[in-house]
Amino acid sequence: MTEKPKIALYWCSSCGGCEESVVDLAEDILTVSEMADIVFWPVALDFKYKDVEALNDGEIAATLINGAVRMDEQEEMAKLLRRKSQLVMAHGACAHLGGVPGLANFFERQDVLDRSYKEVPTVKNPEGTLPEVQSVAHGRELELSGFHDRVRALDQVVDVDYYIPGCPPTPELIRDAIIMALEGRLPPKGSVLAEKKALCDTCPRRDSRPERLRIKEFKRLHQTEWDPEKCFLNQALICLGPATRGGCMARCIHANMPCRGCFGPTDDVRDQGAKSLSFLASMIDSKDEKELERIADSIPDPAGLFYRYSLASSLLKGKIPG
Amino acid sequence: MNRFEPIIVGFLCNWCAYEGADAAGRARKPYPVNLRVIRVLCSGRTDPQFVLEAFKEGADGVLILGCHPGECHYKEGNFHTLKRYIMLRKMLMQFGIEEDRLRLDWISASERDRFVEVVSEMVERVRELGPLVR
Repeated sequence: MTEKPKIALYWCSSCGGCEESVVDLAEDILTVSEMADIVFWPVALDFKYKDVEALNDGEIAATLINGAVRMDEQEEMAKLLRRKSQLVMAHGACAHLGGVPGLANFFERQDVLDRSYKEVPTVKNPEGTLPEVQSVAHGRELELSGFHDRVRALDQVVDVDYYIPGCPPTPELIRDAIIMALEGRLPPKGSVLAEKKALCDTCPRRDSRPERLRIKEFKRLHQTEWDPEKCFLNQALICLGPATRGGCMARCIHANMPCRGCFGPTDDVRDQGAKSLSFLASMIDSKDEKELERIADSIPDPAGLFYRYSLASSLLKGKIPG
Repeated sequence: MNRFEPIIVGFLCNWCAYEGADAAGRARKPYPVNLRVIRVLCSGRTDPQFVLEAFKEGADGVLILGCHPGECHYKEGNFHTLKRYIMLRKMLMQFGIEEDRLRLDWISASERDRFVEVVSEMVERVRELGPLVR
């Protein structure tokens, strides 16, 4: 009997949603396990670091890594798995673009530590202890993983062959990516394994989008009731569908929520946030500077909204230290 | 001591501001050498990605110069510029980039003195702000 190809799954800085989306493969996981052996998957199987280390270089056919990278441990694991794998796939928005953890790049490293360990009301830390890489407690040396200055997407740490976008990706995209990898029928290296066009193009509400959108204000969801059949933008609600890659099966739209951009930019766009700003600003129906200022102010946190999933991989990558 | 010389990237509309800059040159009007001019067919072509790219690649300031409102060669390209500029300036603050590092102004083909004035003001303002440390 010939040996089955090996696959591995790992998580870095993530919420566990991508792992959940693998579980959501349901019986399709059986198709995957018929085709391949899962040799490493910390969230579900009891293989250890040494088991991965013991493999030959390139012995794993494909590894799916989810989560952004901010800790030494994550970087080390990503590099180890890169060495052991023929293909590395960035699994989910955080590995692909930095994701929600990437928003921490709007703050300095020290601010993040102070907030989490000193200022949060539920934390009691009178001595102001902060995590250190090396420390001594009760006469014993302790070691913790180092915490980097910045959050990075996976391809800022190791070479990435393919991207499975989404927060989280649909189980269908994950299944197809794994099967395509095992059957060796993948598109050119570096491809994002979803649609090429923007979500707007396949949106179930596209027929209610007028040729030219003109709006006088941006409404927020909690301020209004909206028509569940009609284009969000046509109701002055911000939807990032025009600047976001499709392929998500319009899950949010079907749940009557506007797109927040988790599939990232299309191939032609370098910076999803700039593109989102560009199309939204162009929709404003005013030529008066004062009125434009007022309408722009109705978006309280533009950078956080436009870069919700892509800050770490955007042109500026975060706040300029200065 | 050496004075800080900021780098200003300028996106100049082909039909007005670029002509205005040319007119300043033909008239031998001196203006600061800090400006690096990129000609665009319309100020509205200045994708916000261009502005971010300029800041990323070393610009201390970005100047967008278009036709006066109502005089756009493409009717309303400059209004699109204005809309994006107002939102972009606000967003740049969140990236730690001071509002005055991005400026939009209108220069017609004949306004050679105004061109020199705007460029000089921009260079002085960014000199005050200091280098954009990345």
